[in-house]
Amino acid sequence: MIKLKLLWRYMKHHPGSFLLNLLCTLATLAVAGVLVLVVGYIVVMGVPNLTPSLFSLHYNSDNVSLLPALLNTIIMTVLSLAIAVPLGVGGAIYLAEYASKDNKLVKIVRVTAETLSGIPSILYGLFGMMFFVTTLKWSYSLLAGGMTLAIMILPLILRTTEEALLSIPDSYREGSFGLGAGRLRTVIRIVLPPAGSGILAGIILAIGRVVGETAALMYTAGTVADLPKGLMSSGRTLAVHMYVLSGEALHVKEAYATAVVLLVIVVGMNTLSSYIAKRLTRG
Amino acid sequence: MRCVFCAAACACILAVLLICFFLFAKGLPFFGKVNLWGFLTGEKWKPTNGVFGILPMILGSVYVTGGALLLGAPLAILTAIYLVRFCPHRLYRILKPAVALLAGIPSVVYGLFGLTAIVPFVKGTFGGNGSSMLTACILLAMMILPTIIQVAESAIRSVPESYFEGSLALGATKEVSVFKTVVPAAKSGIMAAIILGVGRAVGETMAVMMVAGNQARMPAGILKGIRTMTVNIVMEMGYAADLHYEALIATGVVLFVFVLMINLLFSALNRRQEQ
Repeated sequence: MIKLKLLWRYMKHHPGSFLLNLLCTLATLAVAGVLVLVVGYIVVMGVPNLTPSLFSLHYNSDNVSLLPALLNTIIMTVLSLAIAVPLGVGGAIYLAEYASKDNKLVKIVRVTAETLSGIPSILYGLFGMMFFVTTLKWSYSLLAGGMTLAIMILPLILRTTEEALLSIPDSYREGSFGLGAGRLRTVIRIVLPPAGSGILAGIILAIGRVVGETAALMYTAGTVADLPKGLMSSGRTLAVHMYVLSGEALHVKEAYATAVVLLVIVVGMNTLSSYIAKRLTRG
Repeated sequence: MRCVFCAAACACILAVLLICFFLFAKGLPFFGKVNLWGFLTGEKWKPTNGVFGILPMILGSVYVTGGALLLGAPLAILTAIYLVRFCPHRLYRILKPAVALLAGIPSVVYGLFGLTAIVPFVKGTFGGNGSSMLTACILLAMMILPTIIQVAESAIRSVPESYFEGSLALGATKEVSVFKTVVPAAKSGIMAAIILGVGRAVGETMAVMMVAGNQARMPAGILKGIRTMTVNIVMEMGYAADLHYEALIATGVVLFVFVLMINLLFSALNRRQEQ
């Protein structure tokens, strides 16, 4: 009651302020509403359609199984991480541990990484198609898709790793140098372990992007729906699979179900990433 | 070992160089055969007849992005203000991950939602066949919300507490202090957030393709279909050959130039905020 009375008095004396506050609150409610609406809609439409036949080993036009696409997604994720993580983490180690502050190369790397992270995925797809598929003659293949995605997530891994390394206090390094350790030993034994969870959070965020990507894969990895025979064969990931299904009027139900699986994976990855990052800040 | 790490750092540079090289090497020869000005201002896109004008697609991208900003940006900025200044701590612990979750939803899932929920809604409420510029604007507005909120939030948070306290001490209410001192101080950061949202909206492909109708003609109204540059590339790449193929790469080059300009603007604004 007292609270309501105070509110009423505030409204009477500062109507403008009250209105501004209300506006902000309503906007936030609307944003929360969007989230609830999108996630709720997909879950409500999709969960009843999650049938066992969707998870059969081989795809055919009757069962429209998503299991092959799921396997392709895992292969694609492993492939792109195998390329992007060494390059991204190595590059970040150079930027944070080896290079001096006013190094020109560092500035160029930062600018290019920023540029890369702003390029839309369709342009990555275009580039991947021209370079990996046509010029290197890999045709539509998991390898071409994985390489394209590796370039796409490289700036993300580089940046998160660099931030994690920079958050390690200099006293760690000085202590290590003081005991006679070299630069490399200091980085590997002293700096990397405490930065590990920050780096891992970045990698998991990158997995989320790989899993959700479509436009960059349409013309690099192709859209073959069955199990791949190897890295050089075409295969669609779960997101591409969902896109193709949504275009077929007969399979909209399965598209919802696939969207639920996709949503669960991506949400899981995001939660894991923020959990790990939180553990990092807690020490 | 220094050399190995240095080489890894150079991977980014190599990637940008390769992307630039391939886009320009394969896209620019097209302008030897088709007039650049005619390409950019041509109102007709009829690849089978050898007529290549991407003005409809450029306008499509601009309109859809503008509409999404109009709908999404005010909402996102007000939310960012709420999160920093008015939100109870407990609620913040729920809302913050919620915004991150919104950012993590794949664009095809947004597309499916748009296709099966927003398209019928627009059709029922405003008429037309539903796949329209308006639908694309609404969907894109949803998609750029988290981008703008996250960047604007950190910009508003970085304003020194003393600004806010000084205003309070002068007798202003909490809300007036926020809107008259904190928000103006974070202006360039908030602008940067909007620019990042523009970048996301311009580059979005799959979700827009699923709801926008995709007719390659001049925009005819907000309830009519529209095609953006990104959609133009992804729709026709599958079967394009020869000059048509080159025209699509050239569309990619135009898009690339747009994105580079947006990036430059973003980093310039960011630098200003840091000062």
